[in-house]
Amino acid sequence: MRRRVVSLWFPRLPSERVGRTQPIDAPFALIQHQGNSDRIYCLNAQAEQMGLQRGMGFSDARAFCPSLRSCPADPEADRYFLRILARWAGRYCPWVGLDGADGLVLNIAGSAHLFGGEAAMLGDMRLRMARAGITVRIGLGDTRGAAWGLAHFDRTMAEEGATPEQITSLPVAALRLEEKTVVALQRLGVQQIADLIALPRATVTRRFGKEVLHRLDQAVGELPEDISPLRPPAHYGVRMTLPEPIGLSADVMAGTERLLEQLCSKLKKDEKGARVLQLTLRRVDQASQQVELRLARPLRDAARILPLFERGVGQVDAGYGIDQLRLEAIGVEPLPVQQMNHVGNQNKDRLDDLITRIGTRIGLENVQRFLPADSHIPEHSFIIAPAAYSTPEGPWLAQRPRPLHLFPPEAIAGIGKRPPERFRWRRMSFATGKATGPERIAPEWWLADENWSSGLRDYWKVDTKQGRRLWLFYTPQKPGWFVQGEFA
Amino acid sequence: MTTSFFQNFPLRTGRTHEICLPNAQSFAFALGGYLGGAVLWICEDWIAGHINPIGFSSYMDPQNLLRVKTKDQTDGLAVAEEALRSGVVNLVVIELHQPLSFTAGRRLQLAAQAGESTGLCIIPEGQGNNAAETRWRCAPVFDQQDSTLQRWEITKNKSGTLAAWDVRWDAQTCRIIVVSKATQ
Repeated sequence: MRRRVVSLWFPRLPSERVGRTQPIDAPFALIQHQGNSDRIYCLNAQAEQMGLQRGMGFSDARAFCPSLRSCPADPEADRYFLRILARWAGRYCPWVGLDGADGLVLNIAGSAHLFGGEAAMLGDMRLRMARAGITVRIGLGDTRGAAWGLAHFDRTMAEEGATPEQITSLPVAALRLEEKTVVALQRLGVQQIADLIALPRATVTRRFGKEVLHRLDQAVGELPEDISPLRPPAHYGVRMTLPEPIGLSADVMAGTERLLEQLCSKLKKDEKGARVLQLTLRRVDQASQQVELRLARPLRDAARILPLFERGVGQVDAGYGIDQLRLEAIGVEPLPVQQMNHVGNQNKDRLDDLITRIGTRIGLENVQRFLPADSHIPEHSFIIAPAAYSTPEGPWLAQRPRPLHLFPPEAIAGIGKRPPERFRWRRMSFATGKATGPERIAPEWWLADENWSSGLRDYWKVDTKQGRRLWLFYTPQKPGWFVQGEFA
Repeated sequence: MTTSFFQNFPLRTGRTHEICLPNAQSFAFALGGYLGGAVLWICEDWIAGHINPIGFSSYMDPQNLLRVKTKDQTDGLAVAEEALRSGVVNLVVIELHQPLSFTAGRRLQLAAQAGESTGLCIIPEGQGNNAAETRWRCAPVFDQQDSTLQRWEITKNKSGTLAAWDVRWDAQTCRIIVVSKATQ
């Protein structure tokens, strides 16, 4: 069967993606940092009218066009957006592939008649893209190369069967060649594809390598070229419909166990582990309740996951009964198979399970651990991270004595550079017995921290005669005394 | 009869104990260092101050400590019970700000017994609970030479007598040194 290929080219995809979230009615450009300077990555039609172009330096562009609005480029988001468009294009045919970073390629053979012919289908594509605010250029040809060339070099449509003739009038750049090759061909006077066809094949290959003729043959259909459609995203969901409604939590747990076994074998096959699981229980009155389980570690061991569901299932209101259970792994992470060993890590597994159980009650991000950080500022010398998403790190070294307990600085009355002889703190009076210091700590000027706006700090460890050992500091640039911590 | 310090410390496992301010934290870290293994530290999220891992690294390894922030004391007690019962962590420390009912104290006690782990409640002075196995009071003592000197005393003991000791912390060996037995 003959192939009919549609090539969609989105010349302004990145800037239009941003424009969809925040409508912009002014010259607008996306900026990317390339080789030590900010350059224009993509720009909208108004900016192009002002004479700006891609790859231009951002400061030059601003000089040309002072009203230029800009935004940092995000190629990752653009790729994601293109995949969304590929998914949308699935409404025309099942055979949709990505074409570079800003194009799609569709094989519409056999599906065009569903839309009333090829012309009607392309019209529908244009209409929908215009409604979505995305500029699109469309080429239709017998081969992928022809469709690409027609899309990029502004021919609306190649008549069916006329592809080789249509193609010959296109410039050689429409053959998807490297910039260097195109320039070399143009220097030799080869402007159009027809000129290239007229040349003896042997000489072209000797001069430019195999690439040029390979692309030419692909464009005219002498050589085949594949369109690889996107692989459908893996789905980790299983469900069970029951002939009679159930209501006991033991029954629901038994059902969940069966679903978990299916799901875990699926996860095991793909070497994945579930991070977030959602159990949806549909009742006979069509209402549904959800039990979400967030795990402290990716898991695919049904026997370990099942007890963690107990608390959530216990809280479900079964009403007149539950007749459908659906279990889905929403968050999935890679979990490679591991060599079993005799040492085992039983205790670590149990600790992770405990974190999960605590997390289902109070939220997984509230179980935290300390990680060392490289800073001499006392309150920045460690990071607090959720335990489920971090691993313990060390070593912990105390270069100088540090208090066990840190709190936001509390002002006390005092003057002078040495700690006050007597002071009141938290409605208690203290007399200084022994003072060790000062240890001067300067703020990190490269980070703006409001708490350190008072400048340098001279820290003193003060042993009071009442017993308590406090960590005081004095700010010489803005005189004042504060208590920030307490020692053992 | 003289009571030896090391008959009472480290605290009896499978029980919950209480410790009063002001130096409750150093007691808890010293205990965590003695017991080894994982330590769970439960506190409420509205408290402004927090424990400093650099500070307590001379008592115990901060890698072993997990901190849990709860929205209120009820959640904190539920987490403590769960952790004690699981037996995975050797020590569960919970900072309490309101007095505990006898039922709640007893539940913690039973959970600790089931999981064979130790519970430690940090309580404000005078808010002790009858279910606790021992209650300690821990206060720093001023000393010109030594800045780790503390006075630890047992103010309640279900299976022994009351006593008091002056102790200091040896950071090199991570051990407690009993200076001398203080008179009652």
